Amino acid sequence: MSFLAIKDVHHTYFTKASATTALSEITLHVEEGEFVSFLGPSGCGKTTLLSIIAGLIKPTEGTILLENKPTSGLKNQIGYMLQQDYLFPWKTIEENILLGLKLSQQLNDKSKLAAIDLLKQMGLSGIEKQLPKQLSGGMRQRAALVRTLATEPKLLMLDEPFSALDYQTKLKLEDLVSNTLDAFGKTAILVTHDIGEAIAMSDRVVLFSPSPGRVHKVFDMPEELRILSPFNARNHETFSSIFQTIWKELESLESR
Amino acid sequence: MSLGKNKVNLLHKNYLHSLTIEKRWVRFHQVIIFLVFFTGWEISSQQRWIDPLLFSSPSKIWNLFLEKFQDGSLLSNLGVTLTETIFGFILGTLLGTLLAALLWWSPMFSKIIDPYLVILNAMPKVALGPILIVALGPGYPSIIAMGAIISVIITTLVVYTSFKEVDPNYMKVLQTFGATRFQCFKEAILPASFPTIISTLKVNVGLSWVGVIVGEFLVSSRGLGYLIIYGFQVFNFTLVFMSLLVIAVVATIMYQLVELLEKKLIKE
Repeated sequence: MSFLAIKDVHHTYFTKASATTALSEITLHVEEGEFVSFLGPSGCGKTTLLSIIAGLIKPTEGTILLENKPTSGLKNQIGYMLQQDYLFPWKTIEENILLGLKLSQQLNDKSKLAAIDLLKQMGLSGIEKQLPKQLSGGMRQRAALVRTLATEPKLLMLDEPFSALDYQTKLKLEDLVSNTLDAFGKTAILVTHDIGEAIAMSDRVVLFSPSPGRVHKVFDMPEELRILSPFNARNHETFSSIFQTIWKELESLESR
Repeated sequence: MSLGKNKVNLLHKNYLHSLTIEKRWVRFHQVIIFLVFFTGWEISSQQRWIDPLLFSSPSKIWNLFLEKFQDGSLLSNLGVTLTETIFGFILGTLLGTLLAALLWWSPMFSKIIDPYLVILNAMPKVALGPILIVALGPGYPSIIAMGAIISVIITTLVVYTSFKEVDPNYMKVLQTFGATRFQCFKEAILPASFPTIISTLKVNVGLSWVGVIVGEFLVSSRGLGYLIIYGFQVFNFTLVFMSLLVIAVVATIMYQLVELLEKKLIKE
């Protein structure tokens, strides 16, 4: 039995004027410790699927099981990171990263120390009392990662978390996130429209086709790329050939 | 070519100097307007270009001010009006925010109540005065109610709009942590709307003055509004003008204080 099982998920958005099917017949399995990327053109329902997995939206049909339990009732098993950091501007960094623990009443000296320690590991020491606006974009996104990891979720979902950053910061953060997740043995799902990022970070890339969102093709990354950090993977010789393959698939989707 | 450091300093000094000069000119003209208005008033009253019985004169107003100040009646009336206004606008802001929170809490309730809010907002609240006096008795409660009721609906609408405009992604962050609706309100919605609430406070100060003065017109027992209506009835317009000027000064001070408070709180 797999760690995360997505079974026959189908989702339709209703408005007065129309019923739009965002996702259709999605069945996927993710194993523990795996890093999976959802890749696809905009409008293919990637973010909708993440929200469904996180239990924020109830799918029209289908079930999501995390370790054989439906995710809708689970609390703090799933961490969610958004495109922007969404640190609360009126809270200090410390209050921000402890927010999840506070809300789930897990805040104690031990968990607090662990969170502060994690902040240090991310290269953010001595900024606990500062406000988010005093930090750079990359630092804020790292703080947001700490906030997400502080509640020790089993599954981490990353919704284009690097897309608002400049290229250099993005590459550095990819490495940092990848190393951190490896170190904690976390399972993660990354939503992205950046082919390179998907290849460099993941064990598996799931390509979605749009309207309605379906799984088009699944690419398993070769072992030699998996063991490399994202930055080094980008420089590996097989990287560009995989890039070409996925690029062509994406092109074929658009020309349909 | 780069400018020498001395040159930059000199230019900066010149710039600051020009700013000071401009500021002085603005002040100068403000004082001129003030002086021209009051001396013009005084002279035209003494020369009987205007009827001194109706329009009084600054010197008479000043003398009456000193007299009323010394016998203590001005301060006691001012105290009454101030207390009513402060309670009125704080109550109005609090109730408005509370009602906005209810609307946010239950979208269904918000939909149901919507037409009634539109009607209440459109209605001139001071017209409720007589009913309030009958219901709450002629005294503090009904006047404070007037001060509050005039601002409560508009506060509700403004604050509710700001609640709705909070970026839903903040809610999403909280929901992924399993936050309840109350926790979402406390951690995201309310703090994010705090600046709006403070700025409605500023608007409500002005509105409350209107409510309270009208309330005092109606109740006619104490306060600056009472002095105005009394002065009008006994044809003592010096008293009316004095009360008006006191209101103008005190209301301005109050507005400035709230503005100061706003700056302090928003900066935090």
